[in-house]
Amino acid sequence: MTYRHVVGPRSWVFADLAELMAKASPPRSGDRLAGIAAGSAEETVAARWCLADLPLADLLARPLIPYESDDVTRLILDHHDAAAFAAVAGLTVGDFREFLLTASSATLAAIAPGITPEIAAAVSKIMRNQDLIAVARKARVVTRFRNTIGLPGTLAVRLQPNHPSDDPAGITAAILDGLAYGCGDACIGINPVSDSVQGLTGLLHLLAEVIDRFAIPTQACVLTHVTTTLAAMNRGVPVDLVFQSIAGTQAANASFGVTLPILREAHEAALALRRGPLGDNVMYFETGQGSALSAEAHHGIDQQTLEARAYAVARAFRPLLVNTVVGFIGPEYLYDGKEIIRAGLEDHFCGKLMGVPLGVDVCYTNHAEADQDDMDTLLTLLGAAGVTYVMGVPGADDVMLNYQSTSFHDQLYLREVMGLKRAPEFAAWLAAMGLADADGALLPGGGAPLLAAAPDLAA
Amino acid sequence: MSAEERWRRLAALTPARIALGRAGAGLPTREVLRFGLAHAQARDAVHAPLDVAAVRAGIAGLGLATLAAASAAPDRATYLRRPDLGRRLDEASAAALAREAGGPVDLALVVADGLSARAVHEGAVPLLAALVPAARASGWSLAPVTVAVQARVALGDAVGAALRARAVAVLIGERPGLSSPDSLGIYLTFAPRPGRTDAERNCLSNVREAGLKPDLAAFKLHWLIAQALTRQLTGVALKDESDAVLEGPAPRPALGAAPGPG
Repeated sequence: MTYRHVVGPRSWVFADLAELMAKASPPRSGDRLAGIAAGSAEETVAARWCLADLPLADLLARPLIPYESDDVTRLILDHHDAAAFAAVAGLTVGDFREFLLTASSATLAAIAPGITPEIAAAVSKIMRNQDLIAVARKARVVTRFRNTIGLPGTLAVRLQPNHPSDDPAGITAAILDGLAYGCGDACIGINPVSDSVQGLTGLLHLLAEVIDRFAIPTQACVLTHVTTTLAAMNRGVPVDLVFQSIAGTQAANASFGVTLPILREAHEAALALRRGPLGDNVMYFETGQGSALSAEAHHGIDQQTLEARAYAVARAFRPLLVNTVVGFIGPEYLYDGKEIIRAGLEDHFCGKLMGVPLGVDVCYTNHAEADQDDMDTLLTLLGAAGVTYVMGVPGADDVMLNYQSTSFHDQLYLREVMGLKRAPEFAAWLAAMGLADADGALLPGGGAPLLAAAPDLAA
Repeated sequence: MSAEERWRRLAALTPARIALGRAGAGLPTREVLRFGLAHAQARDAVHAPLDVAAVRAGIAGLGLATLAAASAAPDRATYLRRPDLGRRLDEASAAALAREAGGPVDLALVVADGLSARAVHEGAVPLLAALVPAARASGWSLAPVTVAVQARVALGDAVGAALRARAVAVLIGERPGLSSPDSLGIYLTFAPRPGRTDAERNCLSNVREAGLKPDLAAFKLHWLIAQALTRQLTGVALKDESDAVLEGPAPRPALGAAPGPG
């Protein structure tokens, strides 16, 4: 089916839904690289006019990637909740934007199971940044394992103590520093250099010891391939959260060496361990615009829509945490600060609209046209949008992955200007440890109570 | 021991930026500036143009012929957005390499700016100075060294094919980290031709004085090239076992561990 919009003497024609969605997307380098971006600014807006007139029911009826050839499409359609969709089934994309701006938090929660990634992506393309922030702020997603993440007025932080050679003492030093800054309620999560079961086992035991020793109400994760974590679980290693990078097409997931049945197997294995006293959200997923194009598995679909499809994969496994690593993949996908900021807000909005606990790795590489000021801007906007969690990397400089993310200091800044609290159980622990006051403000003393409680670790 | 002394000791355990102190929620001024300097150096490394003449002169000083080439990406802004163009030779370079190509050779060497000209300026000549005597001792025939700008790793496939080389080694500036703006990567590909994938290459990364030192990198590269030419392959099937050569034969088992009845 073709789509048409007339502007003065010019008639803009879009051959199919995939082309319409791609050309309606705010400009970004990855869609240009794929050869699917609009050719002019006017064409972009003409596509948005067409998209605004499109019934949501059409988006549901016309899968961008055929049901028969892609298991992510099958997941989306087989899991679709028609009853939840009924409330918006008669709306166009343009009507839906206005519906979202006026909807309550309860309404957003009720429709979430009826929102497909294509619907979320389509409406995001006709929304300004302020729309993405205002709606996402109302869409709360609460998850639990050893604490409660996502409550209104809270922001969690993943403590990311990476080390270039997985050195246990170096990792422990960074964990202590992060805890002293009140980071770590989302999880303490290490990106390991080694993908071996042996390496994973050592790091998981290290994290379990730290968490047990201080009785920290948080969860551990080592971000290695799901099959490695499965092997570790089968050997009785203490696994709190199962991690995997995922994407929005079956072929892109295959390039990561992952399938839906493997994810199901790992999910069931982690549930069987019953390690979460407060809840059973046991999965942690990472995503990022451009991963499908990078794997040559994009089917001519724009990268933002494919990113939203990755959240449909995540949603099926009731994750504790999902984050888009928004600026990591490089300038060939998101060129500069403006494109990274827009993508971060889109990803967060789409995830929350679909009922996924979305955090954002606010980050950039040194070959992108971005800097700390751009990251401050995106972080502040995401704080306003109610982001579930952000990363806490020492000094914003990840010495293992060679990129810049948000720091222990950055989350303090965001709490201060936005009045955001930590997960309540973690906040109570910080107060009991003498690291923060009852209001969550760090106490002077530079984490001395933590060092005093573990003289051997700090020797 | 004071808390400050303990933090100082902890900070010595990792290159990560811990125990920085704070001013309110912010970093102390010295840390803001220290980070700013590291980022500036990394940015400059990405955007500084390769001094092709100086690099060619340095390589000529080793007694090697050189050629200049450019990818199809005309400038850095295009290069960063279009990795596909950085993998192809521009028309003039393709024609020039075709003219220069002689008979088949064992090895083509490509020195490429990649994402850090600084890494090439500082690291390429020391690496070649260590490699070339070993290559000559092995009796390998060499194509002229190609110095390429706006180049991705896969440009070496086009260069290697044009120069009729059995293998190509690309020395290329890596994506700079805040603590490593000068890191050189080396990618070895047997039977280079456009369309080769990364799974068909062997890589040595983080080659710099503070990382994998040039002499050791050259030793490993020489080992890999010898293996590639003998086994006629590179990539996932060829594992870097050069450490075993460096360490010598495995120690004999202790007497108590000897197999069989004593």
